[in-house]
Amino acid sequence: MTTTTTAALVPLLPFLGAVGGLLAGRRAPGLVRPLAVLPTAVAAVLAVVVAWRQGGGAPLEAAARLTPTGSVPVDLALHLDGFAVLVAVLVGAVATCVQVYSTAYLRDDLRYPSYAALVSLFTSAMLLVVYSGDLMVLLVGWEVMGICSYFLVGHYWETEAARAASLKAFLVTKAGDVPFLIGVFALAADAGTFRIDGIVTTAASGGLAHPTLDALLLLAGVAGKSAQFPLHTWLPDAMAGPTPVSALIHAATMVAAGVYLVARLLPVLAASTAAMVVLAVMAAVTMVGSGLAALAQDDVKRVLAYSTVGQLGYMTGALAVGDRGAAVFHLLSHGAFKALLFLAAGVVIHAAGTNSLAATARAGGLARRAPDAYWTMTVALLALAAIPPFSGFFSKEAVLGAAEHAARGQADGIPCAAGWLVLAAGLATAVLTAGYATRLWLMAFRGRGPEAADHGREPRAMTAVLWLLLVPTLGLGLAAWKLPDWFDGHSLAPAATTSLLGTGCALAGALVVLTAWRRVHARAARTPMGAVAADPEAAPAVSEEEAIATHEAAYGSVAGAQDPADPGRLLLGPLHRHAAAGFHLDAVVRALVVRPVLGAARLARFLDREVVEGYVRGAGTAPGLLGAAVRRAQTGNTQTYLGVLFAGSAVLAVAAVLVASGA
Amino acid sequence: MSGTLAAGAHGFLSPTGIEIAFLLVGLVTLGAAVLTVTTRQLVHAALWLVVALGGLAVEYLLLTAEFIAWVQVLIYVGSVVVLLLFGLMLTKAPIGRSPDADSGNRPVALAVAGAAAIALVWVVLDAFRSTWIGVHGQVQGSTKVTGEVLFRHWVLPFEALSVLLLAALVGAIVLSRKRRADERADEEER
Amino acid sequence: MHLVYPAVLAALLFCTGLYGVLARRNAVLVLLSVELMLNAVNLNLVAFDVWLRDELHAGQALTLFTIAIAAAEIGIGLAIVLLVHRNRGTADIDRLRDLREDANDPDANAPRPAGGDAARGEKAEAAA
Repeated sequence: MTTTTTAALVPLLPFLGAVGGLLAGRRAPGLVRPLAVLPTAVAAVLAVVVAWRQGGGAPLEAAARLTPTGSVPVDLALHLDGFAVLVAVLVGAVATCVQVYSTAYLRDDLRYPSYAALVSLFTSAMLLVVYSGDLMVLLVGWEVMGICSYFLVGHYWETEAARAASLKAFLVTKAGDVPFLIGVFALAADAGTFRIDGIVTTAASGGLAHPTLDALLLLAGVAGKSAQFPLHTWLPDAMAGPTPVSALIHAATMVAAGVYLVARLLPVLAASTAAMVVLAVMAAVTMVGSGLAALAQDDVKRVLAYSTVGQLGYMTGALAVGDRGAAVFHLLSHGAFKALLFLAAGVVIHAAGTNSLAATARAGGLARRAPDAYWTMTVALLALAAIPPFSGFFSKEAVLGAAEHAARGQADGIPCAAGWLVLAAGLATAVLTAGYATRLWLMAFRGRGPEAADHGREPRAMTAVLWLLLVPTLGLGLAAWKLPDWFDGHSLAPAATTSLLGTGCALAGALVVLTAWRRVHARAARTPMGAVAADPEAAPAVSEEEAIATHEAAYGSVAGAQDPADPGRLLLGPLHRHAAAGFHLDAVVRALVVRPVLGAARLARFLDREVVEGYVRGAGTAPGLLGAAVRRAQTGNTQTYLGVLFAGSAVLAVAAVLVASGA
Repeated sequence: MSGTLAAGAHGFLSPTGIEIAFLLVGLVTLGAAVLTVTTRQLVHAALWLVVALGGLAVEYLLLTAEFIAWVQVLIYVGSVVVLLLFGLMLTKAPIGRSPDADSGNRPVALAVAGAAAIALVWVVLDAFRSTWIGVHGQVQGSTKVTGEVLFRHWVLPFEALSVLLLAALVGAIVLSRKRRADERADEEER
Repeated sequence: MHLVYPAVLAALLFCTGLYGVLARRNAVLVLLSVELMLNAVNLNLVAFDVWLRDELHAGQALTLFTIAIAAAEIGIGLAIVLLVHRNRGTADIDRLRDLREDANDPDANAPRPAGGDAARGEKAEAAA
């Protein structure tokens, strides 16, 4: 089997698995689990084989044109370079872990067959996006991912929050996808092809008519998909979906698709300095804002979601300073440790019976009860906080190094300002990241108080996956010296200055939070809080679903809690309220977009009901009245009819005579 | 054709005499016709029709169409009017003046008929103002001539007409036949 | 002879008959007026035949045919009138208005679900 055939099989297998799973769901329940796990696992193995064979060498290209499709041809093209094969390995590995995890997590779920099929379909679409060499084909995968995300976020559709979140996720990402589509068309119109390498070549040779416009349109789509400011608001809400979905889609893969796409199309963006500055500003605002918001969240998964937004900000920051190697490196390491964090959070939520940090801070013994989650999550949080020697440290150092490189003006075509901006925001975010990671760890595992209701031993399938994901979390940092061969060749190894600065910031952040925690923790015992859902017999997902459904009722809001023992509350002070609400961006969107749209809808409804329908009714009434008038002529008297007939013929005859005689 | 006016005086009446006779008989015919459609006594209407049809027969004679004139007398005066009288009797038409002989359509009918009359007379006058008929050549419609023409050139329509008459005969009988009581009962059960 | 005389006489007779057809109430009188109209046409046919001196005497032949058809028509017509009179007890044309459109009640002419014996008898006659 050639490398390209193998690569074609990689997205195809999960797709077939999805189809099979949907078909077998009702008739053969026993087949659902193998059909969910096996194709994805085989695809992951094949992705590794592809990566091995490609080996970071020259990109492999394969294209087939099925049929002519108008002026700009659409090809089924594969483009296998170092970025693609490695991201595919990440996607395959995380998807396999998530599928295995889900078999236990959604053990008794009625909708498990469709859930597993959708996850498989999503995996297939993501792999298609990763491998595709053609923007149109990529767009197909891109949109399939979007719709799968919609369905999976709404998996607990009995819950109001989940329904609202799925709709929001769909609409907000679509708001970015429309400009993205236009941007793709603009690019294709300039380059004469949808092939990415063709577009990149055109862009590099300055063949684009409007590079800034194209780049900004693309950035809108990327901001929507990768949850960058100002289109990031859907991601924290999307945590209303099941935890494995959050781990796969909203942490490791789909949200990374935007970053990956920009990495592929970086020459297009680099053609416009303005776009790079916009990207840098976007990244900086996203990083700092999400860090502050994460400090104020009460839901474990929302903390992780804002953290995802921030880490994606790091990646876009790396892209803004023109180093896609660093961006994809961070994408890989982040994908691994964030998937681990989410899956471990799922275990924690199950073990604690709540997703609220305020509640776990008042329950002791969680670390003892879920030791797998405790240890793996600790390591993953260290990686997130970029403490050496874990993988997060190396990848974040690569980003900061690239920013510093650009700030000193050593990167071609990147303004120094962008570099400084990303560097400053990155360091500030390092403080915040370490801060909220510490807060999360302390509140989740160092709580004191009565133990929560026991849920028994965590399923093996869930804990085993955690240890599996721990391997890249620990070891991927070493790849910093190996990866440049696969990428553009920029060095990704940590530099002394930024390493010291970054680690120092992280330690400072952690220490500040630790101090605050020591000061406020005693209050926890005085203010009892929290609602715990105990379902020892049910599948882990049930606890989560109940926790999500009751969070607003128990703590007053979906996001935050009025907990005086929260160190984040002490540190943020008056900012806490705003940070918990995501700095009221939703309210702004509501005022600026939702209200006018609703108003326009009401106007349209009024026009339709009153005006248009008035015409329609009039069109019916007028002939009716006319008919009533004409009906009066139908007297039934033959002589009247005959009289009218003769009168008419007399008139006609006279007219004919007059015309004939020329009068 | 107008030249035929100057042809010599053959026949019973002189050309002007014929014209005068035609006009007088025409007036009588028209008057009888008007009475036919206006009289309030229904039976009188049929009798006035006899006068009108008879007057027309005389007009045919004056136009030298003698066969048609006799046919007119035979069929119309002899049978059609008799049929109509029977019809009036069978429908229990009132004897004497009936005030409601005309329907409410009278004004409309008058207007339409008047308009049609004006239009037709105007057109006819305009078209045939200076056209004359020579009625002093050989007789145009003697029985011999008519018979020859009819059975030489018009045989086929003639035969077809006989079939039509037969059909009308059968139809009239079927329509006016009184049903027997048992048949009627059958119909009602259905 | 002036052609206008018979032509004008025919036209006036025709219009007289037309008036009778439109104004008379009794169906037999309407038939009678129709005869007047037919005769007006006959007069025209004869007059123009004589004027044109047609070798085939088409006008006269046609007049004969018209007379025959008129006889047939009067027979059928009277039969129908008699039938109507027998069923309805009247031969007044303006009272035979079953097909009128009732402005007040559009459904008045819809088939009646259960009519009386008279109505059914009427229908049976109409069907015959």
